[in-house]
Amino acid sequence: MQFRSEKLSNGLEVIAEVNPEAFSLSLGYFVKTGSRDETPEMAGVSHFLEHMMFKGTARRTAEDVNQELDDLGSQSNAYTSEEQTVYYMSVLPEFQHAALDLLSDMMRPALRDEDFQTERQVILEEIAMYDDQPPYGAMERASEAYFRDHPLGRRVLGTRETVSELDPEAMRDYHLARYAPDNLTLVASGAVDFEQLLKSAEAMTQQWKPSQPKRQLSIPTCCDDKMSMVYPPATQQYTLQYSPGPSYCDDARYIARILGTILGDDSGSRLFWELVDTGMAETAATFTQEFQECGLFCTFLCCAPEQHDENWEIIQSILSQGKEVPIKSLELELAKNKICSGMILGSERPSNRLFSIGNAWTIRRKYETIQEASEHYRQVTLESVQNAFESLANRTAVTVSVGPES
Amino acid sequence: MQQNVFEHLLPNGMVVLGEPMPWLESVAFSLLLPAGTRNEPSDRLGLAGLTLEMSQRGAGPFSSREVVERLDFLGVDRSSSVSTFHTSMSMAAMSRVLEPTLEVAAAIVLEPHFPEDELDEAKQSALLELASIDDDPAQKCFKELKRLRFGEVYGRSSLGSEAGLTDTTLEDCKKFHRDHYNPERAIISLAGNFDWDRFLIIAERLFGKWTGPAYTGPSGVNSTQGNLHLKHDSQQTHIALAYDSVPYNHPQYYQGRGLVGILSDGMSSRLFSEVREKRGLVYSVSASAHSLHDCGSVLCYAGTTAPRAQETLDVTVQTIRSLENGIDPAELKRLKARVRTSLVMEQESSSSRSSQMAHDWAYLGRVPSRKELLQTIEALTCESLLNHYKNHPPRRWSLVTIGPDPLEFSDAVS
Repeated sequence: MQFRSEKLSNGLEVIAEVNPEAFSLSLGYFVKTGSRDETPEMAGVSHFLEHMMFKGTARRTAEDVNQELDDLGSQSNAYTSEEQTVYYMSVLPEFQHAALDLLSDMMRPALRDEDFQTERQVILEEIAMYDDQPPYGAMERASEAYFRDHPLGRRVLGTRETVSELDPEAMRDYHLARYAPDNLTLVASGAVDFEQLLKSAEAMTQQWKPSQPKRQLSIPTCCDDKMSMVYPPATQQYTLQYSPGPSYCDDARYIARILGTILGDDSGSRLFWELVDTGMAETAATFTQEFQECGLFCTFLCCAPEQHDENWEIIQSILSQGKEVPIKSLELELAKNKICSGMILGSERPSNRLFSIGNAWTIRRKYETIQEASEHYRQVTLESVQNAFESLANRTAVTVSVGPES
Repeated sequence: MQQNVFEHLLPNGMVVLGEPMPWLESVAFSLLLPAGTRNEPSDRLGLAGLTLEMSQRGAGPFSSREVVERLDFLGVDRSSSVSTFHTSMSMAAMSRVLEPTLEVAAAIVLEPHFPEDELDEAKQSALLELASIDDDPAQKCFKELKRLRFGEVYGRSSLGSEAGLTDTTLEDCKKFHRDHYNPERAIISLAGNFDWDRFLIIAERLFGKWTGPAYTGPSGVNSTQGNLHLKHDSQQTHIALAYDSVPYNHPQYYQGRGLVGILSDGMSSRLFSEVREKRGLVYSVSASAHSLHDCGSVLCYAGTTAPRAQETLDVTVQTIRSLENGIDPAELKRLKARVRTSLVMEQESSSSRSSQMAHDWAYLGRVPSRKELLQTIEALTCESLLNHYKNHPPRRWSLVTIGPDPLEFSDAVS
């Protein structure tokens, strides 16, 4: 396993974790753009653009793109989050060059008007699909309430209104500004021929012009807030709570992730034994969400509406018992084993490694082996987890609940 | 593609399978027991799942809490589930903890405590899980489709029924365990970094003394056509559709599977291009091959906002029928490329390999090699696929829709 990184003359960074023993290789363009980089009127443009990137280029029709992805036998997809848009493919090593050619060409899409109109319908279907699914918009409402004017409060998919209003010209401008070589990273993992990758990438991206894109970073201020929403067809009650947590760049995130596991993992955690194992709740969980400059400590409950209030009180009491019921060393050890083993098991596929190394490099400019990453968890002390636990008692929180009745 | 698959039959009838993948650090196993929803008494729907849940609440030397703590300590990633014919348990871990992990799994299968004081909690969990499917119309659509298509016994859902779960007693669980957690037809398949001889010694130690009653196979598994609409106040209408095809153990299975691939594998597949790319009707549309013993079906799903649901159903069915106009050589070439890649990539995951081996043995009584599979796929031609379509045209359609309004579909009227 060898880590390689280079910067091309146009500013594009190329990084790879090379494993000559691997059966396949994965390639991805990580674009540092997401819903947080949009204006409120253009909410959803990053995600809409992600769909449009598959709709053809100057050299390829939409059909060509889809057929070539399949010709290469690739497993490919893309996703958009608040902070990034990622396009990736996993292929056999013999297809490295062809895969890179296709993926690089896709980064310069045609953005044709008629494709734009058809794809808008697909996005509106996607929005409707999520609106119909639990927790029925509670996540979006919680983000909006927690982040308020902060750009992280915007919806990744946008809204029915913003998506219906978007026009292709504005999307073209957004693309030009955000898909510049100094805002993209080409990431590879597995059986990569790195010298060849550099040579091909240099040739394929030489026309790309840097744009010095910027991102506004600021720490949001959270105030206590509670709201409930009614979704009549729902049969269960869903409650989501956001409190401040460490960012993706803060070492305290290892502590928060361990604490989230001890208190609210889907098996063996305190909430599991109290509420899930006993059949009182379908789900009772705590977990973290991390962004570049800030983060969240999240709590989630799904249960029958008539049991909700009692369950939620139990959760609040468990999360506030830092002093009364301190973390035991066995709990810490089990959480560390679970997290570290999960990381190793998950890393056997190059396609999974692609995301670990790509995310770490684009946001933190850092590469770590699995062993180095595990070591961060191994070094977390009982005292630090205990301190984090105790501080939960005084957390500020935004709580959103949705169910069949108010 | 180097590959060694080992097989061994224990004297009690349990099959032990292994495929060493020494390039990995992990090891994964699937344990398949011949205890499915078809074995439930008709007034105890949900019993198979409840028995599985109860058997994990304390077993062998471990209390309920210790089962979970032991597996977490060992860093084991695990899951368990119930299907029509089987109860299955899968675990993946680092290769050095294989033996203690197998010990926990064996205790769960052979020596469950069935603690009286945990039955109500287990039932409560199962009832909650059953209730929450009403909030997942896409999944509910397939649950209803299965019931409509395969009838009372073979169309059962692993979630059970409210009455069945409520009425279940501890004695029911114990009896189900006694009658159906049998070594005959049980399979354990291991893949990853391990030594076969050593594994066989462990398997014999843990499972060699296991005994149970004789196995009775299923009979009369059939599909029927029909149409069902469930009213739901949602923006989208969920469409689940099925028609007859050949099952996994059919000599021409890969012809049928190839046709499903032309319809649904990849972004250039026909359903994705016609329904989503050209018309923008849906976000999700797909088809998959499904086998229930010797009964094969193709299952399709599409989700779309209500006013466009009829058009979506019509275009989906037209696209399926477009197979009768023939297969383009470029489509077949892409299909073969995808299979080749996925066979190579299968070597990167001990979990997917172990569950595939168990599935193969359960259906075929053997584990085909990657080489054999590749040869079968390479031998597919446009003509053979078209012939297969003509000999097995879509018939016995079943349709379930969940959404504001019913749809029209004359082929699925029973």
